[in-house]
Amino acid sequence: MNNAHPGLPEFDYIKPATLADASQFLAQHAGEARPFMGGTDTIVRMRDGFWKDKYLVEVKHFDGMTSIQFDPAKGLTIGAATPMNKVVAHPDVNKYYPLLAEAARSVASYQLRNRATMVGNVCNASPAGDTTGASIVLEGTLIVHGVNGIHSDPLKTFFLGPGKTVLKSGDIVTAITYPLPPKGWAGKYIKLGRNVLSDLSIVGVTVMGYPDGTAKSGFRFRIALASVAPVPFVAAAAEALLAEKPISEAVLEEAATTTMDACTPIDDVRGSARYRKLMVRNLTRKALAEVWAKIK
Amino acid sequence: MSTHKITVKINGGLEQVEVPSNMTLLSMLREKLAMTGTKNGCAAGECGACTILMNGEPVNSCMVLAVEADGAELITVEGLAKEGELDVIQKTIIDKGGVQCGFCTPGILISAKALLSRNPNPSEAEIREALVGNLCRCTGYIRIIKAVHAAAELQKEAA
Repeated sequence: MNNAHPGLPEFDYIKPATLADASQFLAQHAGEARPFMGGTDTIVRMRDGFWKDKYLVEVKHFDGMTSIQFDPAKGLTIGAATPMNKVVAHPDVNKYYPLLAEAARSVASYQLRNRATMVGNVCNASPAGDTTGASIVLEGTLIVHGVNGIHSDPLKTFFLGPGKTVLKSGDIVTAITYPLPPKGWAGKYIKLGRNVLSDLSIVGVTVMGYPDGTAKSGFRFRIALASVAPVPFVAAAAEALLAEKPISEAVLEEAATTTMDACTPIDDVRGSARYRKLMVRNLTRKALAEVWAKIK
Repeated sequence: MSTHKITVKINGGLEQVEVPSNMTLLSMLREKLAMTGTKNGCAAGECGACTILMNGEPVNSCMVLAVEADGAELITVEGLAKEGELDVIQKTIIDKGGVQCGFCTPGILISAKALLSRNPNPSEAEIREALVGNLCRCTGYIRIIKAVHAAAELQKEAA
């Protein structure tokens, strides 16, 4: 790149009056318009020429887009454009879904988290997304407004590849919802970066576990990994193993090794595939042990 | 490309500005309003030199479109001193030697100011976490952290 600080390419900023107008505009301009939320990825990718959209469509001003609501009977709803710092600071999030706050707090810097959103993190489908693992293990579902009305997309089946999701032109995510977590659960996010705070993850391990009488072992665990596969990775084989075998240190170790064997990281500027695999095993073991100590 | 007429309150004064869609808030401050206290470091949300307060909260002004700031209240480094009197964080960063080349200083001052208003008595760990998005190539950070501590102490004495 010749110019260290190129300006943004030309585009039009559009602020539609209604969600319906916004979806329609996005659908009519498929491939050249995208919803605009916190901008912390969009501005960088536009400036560097990776995204060449002609229109950025404002969606932050619609009703409920920046609110957080907790219903003790149904669960948590986070408006899609809610800045991460608001999630980190919210009393109900901290009381009932502390794992979400922990994951959001690990993203970049305080001032960036005043703009960055969890839903943006999810929709950009970076395999390295810090909050994606927590949203997957807490069974997050996206509420989507499209040209044909409202539908929902569970996160588990949302990701198709790096930067690719099931969203279609005209789709605007308006919120992410989480059911009430199971009784007696605990969670842990361990992020390995090049420094303690603020970096992108080399490996990110999210674990949650809870007592469950329907599992042979009496417990169920959910494990989601960042930066080790083209999409956020769910360690299904290890989860099955932990539901089956009575939990012990050896079984946690076996589950960590199973997780390592199943993931498919790449070599890149942040770390080698081999290093990532070993860190997946070590950090999964560590996260499982921490969660197990809290729920047993 | 469309342009937008926006009204912002900057350091207490109202400004009406016409901005193109693709202008960042940072470019508006520096190029439209000649307020060059706010610096352009990385233009990617990493270095924090462009940090300003938007509606009371610190943001990277390189990561905000100017048009998004319509109706917002902004505080830049130029707005910290009041009637010729430096803000307490400005005084302590000078006293503790937290300024060398000075390029990161406007962003550091804003981040520190925001920290002290949400947490008047921060621990060292909290100061480090609050300033993690403000990179400094000169000082090694220690004197900056001492300056934030000292500002917290002075604020307590004044209260």
